[in-house]
Amino acid sequence: MQINRFSRGMSDYQIKMAFIMPTMILLILMNIFPLLWSLYLSFHDYKANMPNAPEYIGAKNYIEVLTDPDIWGYFRTTAYFVLLAVTAQFLIGFGLALLLNRNFPAKGVVTTLLLLPMMLSPVVVALFWRFILASDDGGLLNYLLSPLLNLPVINAIFDPPIEWTTDPKIAMLSVVIVDTWMWSPFMMLIALAGLSAIPKYLYEAADVDRASSWFKFRWITLPLVSPLLLIALLFRTMDAFKMFDIVYVLTREGGPGTVTETVSMNLYRLAFRNYDTGKACAMAYILLIIIVALSNIYVKYLNRVKGET
Amino acid sequence: MRRLSISFILLMLVIIVGCGQKDEQKTLTIVWAEWDPADYLQELSKDFTTETGIAVDVVQVSWPTFPEKIDNSFVGKSDLYDIVIGDSQWLGTNSVGGHYIDLTDWINENIDVSAIYGPAMTAFAEYPKGSGKYWALPAQVDAAGYVYRKDLFEDPAEIAAFQEKYGYALAPPTTYSQLRDIAEFFNRPDDDLYGIATWYSKEYDGITMGFQQVMWSFGASYGDPETKKVDGYINTEDAVKALDYYKALLQFAPPDAPNYYYNETSSAYNTGKVAMAMNYFAFFPGVVDPETNEISHDKSGFFVAPKGPKGHYISIGGQGMSISSYSKNQDIAKQYLKWFMQKPVQEKWAMLGGFTPMKEVLESDTFKTATPFNETFAASFPYLRDFWAVPEYAQLLNECQTNWSEAITGIKTSKEALDAIAQKHEEIFMEAMKNNSDTE
Repeated sequence: MQINRFSRGMSDYQIKMAFIMPTMILLILMNIFPLLWSLYLSFHDYKANMPNAPEYIGAKNYIEVLTDPDIWGYFRTTAYFVLLAVTAQFLIGFGLALLLNRNFPAKGVVTTLLLLPMMLSPVVVALFWRFILASDDGGLLNYLLSPLLNLPVINAIFDPPIEWTTDPKIAMLSVVIVDTWMWSPFMMLIALAGLSAIPKYLYEAADVDRASSWFKFRWITLPLVSPLLLIALLFRTMDAFKMFDIVYVLTREGGPGTVTETVSMNLYRLAFRNYDTGKACAMAYILLIIIVALSNIYVKYLNRVKGET
Repeated sequence: MRRLSISFILLMLVIIVGCGQKDEQKTLTIVWAEWDPADYLQELSKDFTTETGIAVDVVQVSWPTFPEKIDNSFVGKSDLYDIVIGDSQWLGTNSVGGHYIDLTDWINENIDVSAIYGPAMTAFAEYPKGSGKYWALPAQVDAAGYVYRKDLFEDPAEIAAFQEKYGYALAPPTTYSQLRDIAEFFNRPDDDLYGIATWYSKEYDGITMGFQQVMWSFGASYGDPETKKVDGYINTEDAVKALDYYKALLQFAPPDAPNYYYNETSSAYNTGKVAMAMNYFAFFPGVVDPETNEISHDKSGFFVAPKGPKGHYISIGGQGMSISSYSKNQDIAKQYLKWFMQKPVQEKWAMLGGFTPMKEVLESDTFKTATPFNETFAASFPYLRDFWAVPEYAQLLNECQTNWSEAITGIKTSKEALDAIAQKHEEIFMEAMKNNSDTE
């Protein structure tokens, strides 16, 4: 009896390929091709909304981006935002994790509630913070702060109402507050996972030796939780560097002026408003290189910390 | 087994053929921003369907994402939309980019251009300006105008107090100087009442559309349309005075005013927070609707944007109807355009609330009395002016938005902001000329 090839079944290699290929094809189409195509375009003068074919111009786009003082200004704004937001998220998230790392009634409910902000869409978050930060009588934060704002000491610094999103001196702080509200729970979650994994006997041994709380925190908690904290910091830094949606909605496209205009906001403008596609691709690659470099620094430090622990 | 396989294949074929079968009725898809006029157009288009049997679907896209949505569909050469009702500034980009079809010959053969209000045809249909090349037909002609609280303006106590303070009678302002005085007079933050709400937002074209009419009326301009020289036009002393004036108005506006665009000014007026508000006339139906304006829907008056010391100009709004180059229904789209420009259709369009570009209808009493603000709208017509409608408009607009936003929030002085715009605009035009772009 003759058995056809299909009935004989596929070899191990063929089965392997059958499972891998759909993912590979999807990855190539959705990730690798756009990445290579945008790299190609970054060396060309090209506007996606114009019929002209891409014209090779060498590294001109990169030179223009790197020598444009405005773009360096956006990088400075982004770095300032990343520094403030990630530091605040780290401190608040880790602090919350330390508070939650003990048994108390309704711990599960409290933890879930604290995690809610990071589950919301950034656009929705920015929209309702627009109302909270409004500087007229409808603004919830100004209303809550009104008893304080009328104190002479505070009055000397802030002239009420506080113009959260339109005062150039405060607008960035507003973006940081919103991003911190949204993403501190992420830091908290990762830190909590790290804290829960620390063996209890280490603390028991320290108790036997009558170690102080600070000693236990410094020499047990911090070293053991730091690899996970670094991973959380890595994720948040990468993400904060790409800040777009909250700035787009909350401060109306990076206003006032360019005070909250991050690199991603400007990249969007360059790519989808001005349709300067070639230059936008070059800028995106520069941003990618910066994020990869930053991530590498973190990863190296993470490996060192892992080695120490 | 073999019979089972054949049955399975047949079944799949039936399903595929069944799914692939299209409704016999043709559908014309029109895309526009999400606002009342789009609802009016959907309603009006029912008559077209009755006459021709062709269904019309007016797709509405929210204003903030409208330009990007259309641009992306063009970049992807999508046939999703047959007719695009786009902003006047898009004409340059979309005609040079090949996204709109050239309607010159068709319009000359099928449309009585002399029946359409001339400035509307130039603003919404012609590119390059003065070339006689048409890429659209005006659909909705709009202008920036003002709404004011008649109950406050007609209050005898207010009239007397105003007369005493300023030495002239309180009435809807006709000059920017009067506008400032009235805004100052009604500015009473302790009573939660402010003088004025106008556009200062960095969103899309907010502050530019709000400020440019002041700039023109104070004697400055964007530049020379022929030579594209900007320095010495947009950063003159007149322009500085205009920007200083516009910035000074902020002190009589609600605290969040630097974020104000059409939504926020409407909301400020409808909630009784301001005595006067500027907006496009197309947003005024909400002002006279008791459902959206409980406080002053029946106490609102309207006035033409004031004149300045050196002229009278008003920011044009509205859009033109263009046919997408990627549409598979271009003939039906032309049929719709021809139908739309008929006088009876334009009359119904005006009655529904649309702002007709047809001269005869626009000047008729029927139009002027159709809404409480139509007469003021018609009176605004002779003063309309537009932003650059060149392929580089987005870059030019971005510089204006950023620098004027910096000026009104005190990051830059008016002079610094205007000089920065002049320099950047000239760079943009130089670059465009170097790339042999058609910047006419």
